[in-house]
Amino acid sequence: MRPARFGEHQMQHAGTPGWEHFRHIADIGVRGCGRSLAEAFEQVALAMTAVILDPAAVACGESLQIEVSASDHELLLTEWLNALIYEMATRHMLFARFEVEIRGDILKARAWGEAIDVARHQPAVEIKGATFTELRVSRSEDGLWRAQCVVDV
Amino acid sequence: MQLTASATDSPFVWRIEPHGKMRVPGIIYADRLLIEAMDQKVFEQVRNVATLPGIQQAAYAMPDAHWGYGFPIGGVAAFDPDEGGVVSAGGVGFDISCGVRTLHTGLTLADLVPHKKALADLLEVTIPAGLGSTGALRLGHHEMERMLSGGAAWAVQQGYGSEADLLRTEEHGCMAGADPSQVSERAKRRQRGEMGTLGSGNHYLEVQHVAQVFDSATAAAFALRADEIVVSIHCGSRGLGHQIGTEFLKSMAIKAQDHGIWLPDRELACAPIGSHLGQSYLGAMRAGINCALANRQILTHLTREVFADVFPGAHLTLLYDVSHNTCKRETHAVDGKRKQLFVHRKGATRALGPGHPDLPDGLSAVGQPVIIGGSMGTASYILAGTQRSEGLAYSSSCHGAGRAMSRHQATRQWQGREVLKDLERRGILVRSPSLRGVAEEAPGAYKDVGRVVDAANEAGLSRKVVRLEPLICVKG
Repeated sequence: MRPARFGEHQMQHAGTPGWEHFRHIADIGVRGCGRSLAEAFEQVALAMTAVILDPAAVACGESLQIEVSASDHELLLTEWLNALIYEMATRHMLFARFEVEIRGDILKARAWGEAIDVARHQPAVEIKGATFTELRVSRSEDGLWRAQCVVDV
Repeated sequence: MQLTASATDSPFVWRIEPHGKMRVPGIIYADRLLIEAMDQKVFEQVRNVATLPGIQQAAYAMPDAHWGYGFPIGGVAAFDPDEGGVVSAGGVGFDISCGVRTLHTGLTLADLVPHKKALADLLEVTIPAGLGSTGALRLGHHEMERMLSGGAAWAVQQGYGSEADLLRTEEHGCMAGADPSQVSERAKRRQRGEMGTLGSGNHYLEVQHVAQVFDSATAAAFALRADEIVVSIHCGSRGLGHQIGTEFLKSMAIKAQDHGIWLPDRELACAPIGSHLGQSYLGAMRAGINCALANRQILTHLTREVFADVFPGAHLTLLYDVSHNTCKRETHAVDGKRKQLFVHRKGATRALGPGHPDLPDGLSAVGQPVIIGGSMGTASYILAGTQRSEGLAYSSSCHGAGRAMSRHQATRQWQGREVLKDLERRGILVRSPSLRGVAEEAPGAYKDVGRVVDAANEAGLSRKVVRLEPLICVKG
């Protein structure tokens, strides 16, 4: 799987892989789009980092592995994002590059990033959890996968 | 079809009549302007809450209600365990027992002004705030268990404050029925370095002054005087609460079908109060409440140390500590019958009226202080509980301003640096590790808290006592 790119703030063209944020009044929605389910999950993880800071500001020197499982794609998405939130909180790290592999109910991933440096990174906000609000994983007619949910900040 | 709330005889009460799977009506307390500006999602969420098993009387929303997770933020609902009632992780939220406490300082505006910058600078370096900040205290396994059982009372035993603080905290600083064994190791690990930290988003520590007194008798009973300096601390149960919320939301969503519960929205995930999962969540959630109470108690101690440095001899006493994301077992009258109910308050403040047996001496005659936090750079209010509120929404009131604009919109509209300068011109010093965070929390991104408070006052949910204006704001 090709590693996810540093996305622009908005997806440049409909129908191409990338990520974007969508509106939720108190919090923020994260959406990833990819040619495969795994790529959509990589992009949505980038969208989540972009809630905190510009992913381009994160050096990707360290990495760790994550494995989660769930009975459907939507729960798998919240499990994936919540696993990243947990690693960010307990390791005091930020991540900006992701490689995801999904087989059946199981997601295996590697996330690259670095330790938080508050002065340099100026993180805007801390993410509490990925929610079921606006939670959707689907494949559209153009063949692209879209994965999205609201994150509580 | 647009779902709307209909006007009633009172200009501050709006109803959604039961339809479809609703078991009870929806009741929203607001004025016309607030209801017209309210997100359509609030009405949908009130309707959805009204479908849950065992719900009593009505699904309520406070004047600051906005689109939340399953429950609206500003939602209140009570469930009877004897009628199949449920407890909902979504109905409490991720930030279990997020709340506000206000401290008296005994200082006046004139005392503060010459030392304002020094105080702001010292608070900034002393109060851990924002993503990646850690507290000085790291809890090992046994101490973590004691903290989760003991709450603010545990913190006081550790030397963070005094017994007098506990008298002015809900549950006397210690939530009974907490079961630390129901809190996962992951949740405890997430909390390890986070005791005594403020967090981020809309959490803050503010130094404020009493700018206006609406009810001098009640203000006197609260020992609040015009021009007095107070400190308000808004934060919650940190990583531990977030992790408990995350894990139980999932378990309850998965198990709903086994429990025979139909969920109109997965985020309404809940379990029967008497079920194993329901009891397990209550034990963990109460431990989360204790974590939040302990956290605010430690932050109080740090604040006192800062004030002792800048104002030798200053004595900071606690006015009151309220929590606004909880589920508590309480006794309420339903159709003239006293019942034990599980009252969910999601972004709503408990507001006990005069004479309530849970109020300490000194507050019993006037009712509970209800602390309503504004946004950065705007006013906050202290209200008092009313006896009427018991019959309106299980003695509950609003909790804050509520956002009027998304974070994304806010960053397009404002630059962090300009917001800081503008606030400084108005005499408000902001200390934050993130300029983008400041832009996202710009005062204009929130609803008018004054209007929300007026609606709560007019509806009888609580009554206005004083208005506080900010002087220093430490943001995460």
